[in-house]
Formats: sequence, C-alpha cells, structure tokens
Amino acid sequence: MSVARNWRLQQQRYRLTGERCDTCGAAIFPPRDVCPECEAPAKTPLVFSGRGEIYSYSTVYHPPAEFETAAPYMVALVRLEEGPMVAAQLTDVDKGSVSIGMPVEMVTRKIRAEGDEGIIAYGYKFRPAGI
Amino acid sequence: MTHDGRLMKPARDVGILGYGAYVPRYRLPATEVERIWTDGEGGTPINEKAVPGLDEDVVTISIEAARNALARAGDAVDPARIGAVWVGSESHPYAVKPTSTIVAEAIGAVPYTQAADWQFACKAGTEAMQAAIGFVGSGMVQVAMAIGADTAQGRPGDALEYTAGAGGAAYLLGAAEDALAVFEGSFSFVTDTPDFWRRAYQHYPSHGGRFTGEPAYFRHITEAAQGLMAALGTSAADYHYAIFHQPNVKFPQTVARQLGFTQEQIAAGMFVGDVGNTYAAASMLGLTGILDVAAPGERILLVSFGSGAGSDAFSLRVTEKIEARRNRAPATRAYVTRRAPIDYAMYARYRGKLTMK
Repeated sequence: MSVARNWRLQQQRYRLTGERCDTCGAAIFPPRDVCPECEAPAKTPLVFSGRGEIYSYSTVYHPPAEFETAAPYMVALVRLEEGPMVAAQLTDVDKGSVSIGMPVEMVTRKIRAEGDEGIIAYGYKFRPAGI
Repeated sequence: MTHDGRLMKPARDVGILGYGAYVPRYRLPATEVERIWTDGEGGTPINEKAVPGLDEDVVTISIEAARNALARAGDAVDPARIGAVWVGSESHPYAVKPTSTIVAEAIGAVPYTQAADWQFACKAGTEAMQAAIGFVGSGMVQVAMAIGADTAQGRPGDALEYTAGAGGAAYLLGAAEDALAVFEGSFSFVTDTPDFWRRAYQHYPSHGGRFTGEPAYFRHITEAAQGLMAALGTSAADYHYAIFHQPNVKFPQTVARQLGFTQEQIAAGMFVGDVGNTYAAASMLGLTGILDVAAPGERILLVSFGSGAGSDAFSLRVTEKIEARRNRAPATRAYVTRRAPIDYAMYARYRGKLTMK
C-alpha cells in the first residue's frame, strides 16, 4: 500500500470514522460521500462506537503479500451496531474461540509494515468484547 | 542540603481528569527463560511478563490506554480540546517519526495540539506528566495527555530477558477543580549514572553491572522521595499508597522498607510480578491500579526511576470525583489477570527474534 493511500485512509482506519446521512439518517462505512440507502449527498462525519458482532469468519493460512508474517490469522465480517458491515482481521483470539453472533469491539493495531524501512500502517481490527 | 524552593508546583493546581491502562494479553512465564538459558537452575525474578502480540507496539498500546483515559474523563473533555499529546518510551516504533502524532490522530486530538515523544529509559512517562502539569498549570493549555508505554527489549539469555515487559498508562491532566486526583507537588533528582543504555541502531540494551542497584535505582528513588516529602512536610505515614518503579519484585519492596513504607502501602500498585517491567509505563501503571481502589481524601506517593539516571516524585490527593469515573474503563487488574501464556518459541516469533531472510 502506497504512503499516499495509507495517509488518505487514516481517519477511517484509525477511528472507524464514517459518515451520517442527513437525509435518511443511515450510518455509512466506509465513507463515500453519497448515501447507499437513499442516494443523497452524505458528508457529515460519524465516529462509530466500535461495537458489533461477528456475521461470519474464516482463517487465512495463505496470506497475500505484506501479511506473511501474521499468518495464520482470522478475518471476519463484523456487523457494526450502527448497521454497516465491515471486513476486518480479528486479533487476540484463540483458535476455536470464535462464533457467529459473538460480540466484538474495535481496537487499533498494526495492519502491515513495508519491510524494515517503509511506513507502518495502523488500522482497525476486532477482538472479543470486554476485557 | 536544603530543599527550599525545589518543590515543583504550578501557579494553579492541576490534577488527573482521567487515567487509563493497557497490558497485552500474552505472557511469557519466567520459567521459560530459565528453562532455555539455565537448564531451570537460574532462579526467576518475577512470575511472568507481558509480551506484545504481532500487531502491537508502543503506538497501539498508547492508543488503547489513551482511549481508556478519555473514557474515564467522560463528556467533560472533548478530544479536540486536548492541548498536548506526549508519549514517553524507549521503544518508539520509528527512529524518526513521532509516536505522539499517530496517537493524537487516533484519539481525535489533531490538528490544533502540541505533540512530542519523550525519552529517558523508564521515566520517560513521568517527565511527560511533569511537563504536562507545567503546561496546564501555567494556563498555556487547558488539558494535556501524558503517556508512558513500552515494549521493552531484552537480550536473549540476559538477566533483563526475564523481566522486559510491555504495557502502557495514560493520564489526562487538567484543572484541579475537575480532577479525580490533585497533584500536591513534584520533585526530581538526576545525575549522570552509567547503569543502563542502548546505543543507536542497537537492538538490545547494555547495563553497567554493579551500577544497577545502589548508585542508580536506590539512590535516585530515595533522594527524590525524601526531597519531596521534606518539601511538603509529609512522612511515609501520611500516605495510604505508594508506587516505586518496578524493575523486579525485590527492588520496590526494599526501597519501600528503607523509606518507612509498609508492603501494604505498595501492594495495590505492584504489577511487576505478573506483567514484568513495563519500563516507561511501570510506575504509571502502578498508579492506575491504585486509583482503581483509592478512596476520596487518600494520599498517594509516586516515584519513578529511569536509568542514566533519575527519579521524578509526585504527591497526589484523591478527590470525590474518583467514584463516578473509575468504572468507565477496564480496571488495570482486569488487564493483568487476562492472560494467554506462550512458550519461548512463540515469544521468539512474536518479538521478531527469528531470522526470516
């Protein structure tokens, strides 16, 4: 991922910042400036709570480039409590401990690093809710 | 020597609006280090230490601790109004590029804020806190965030490998009237002491053997604590709780005894046995544990120590605002007892000690 692209996505990746549609009230993530529900312009920032539940999940054993050192790792579709679905890595989970419907919460973690010299990309992952 | 005029106290009183802790969930039992390097015959200075996961570093640790501090402060603090975000550590992820700007971005403090990274071995966090007291106390800013966090390095087989842990603690400082604990004063003692260092581009620190104990840890903590108490006219009996920097279990217990404190006074803030030495976080993490249990009116003494060497001492008094705020974020004890033990092989992978190319 380029330095510029990483920088452009910082706000949504660090804090789960999406948008609120002022016309129909829908919560939007990722931000796209147009409401996917009613097609009205939607540019009001909304910081999501980070709470949600697992809709579906899988384990990655053969990772794409820049994720090799993390494998095996779990990924999930998370239904946020405000409505939208996001795809993300799970973290701080043990094999066999994840289930559909499990409550999770957002944490900001390292997503990838470009070798030893490049930029470190941080962003959202989800872990089981509650410490 | 007289301590007249050496007490550090701002023009207007400053206190803690919110505090937050974080400790990674992975634990390396000290018996694993002992098994690998001494055939199980070396003895262990702690029970186990916290190890950061593959996706954790000082940035991610600081962010979670900072979010907990903001949660405790509640609606009274708008993140966009935080005037400074300061992170003390000896394991900043970048050699050049601040940790503090990433943390500030993640908690919503940018762009109208001061940001800086601090460095002074294990006291990098408390000096950020001291500076934040000055920043707020002078009226330059209304609210400042001071964080101590580390993912400490230990050379394989070295005595420090047993204890070099990971964790963080964050403090949101503001006007005393809104605070859950108020600073009564602080006092520092520093000298050039060659007890521990790490040169540029080196992965692991070195230590100066016999300098570690008496000339470094014990001298600086004792002088700072005694200087502060002399200036304030207090004694050990005036404090319900005390925290002394925790590089292992024995040192804080010993210095507490030497200064006239009981083991009960330091118990609530002692986490080193179960998470290791969290370096810049160590004494600040101890304070979060004490704030989790302290009652209004109770007094706390906090004394950090950083190699090289120096100590910052603080006297605090807890206010009635503690009751409503402490349960807004996870208790430090909950992070400490949450644990996933790993063996030395997994530790070697998590800490990047395997050569991949």
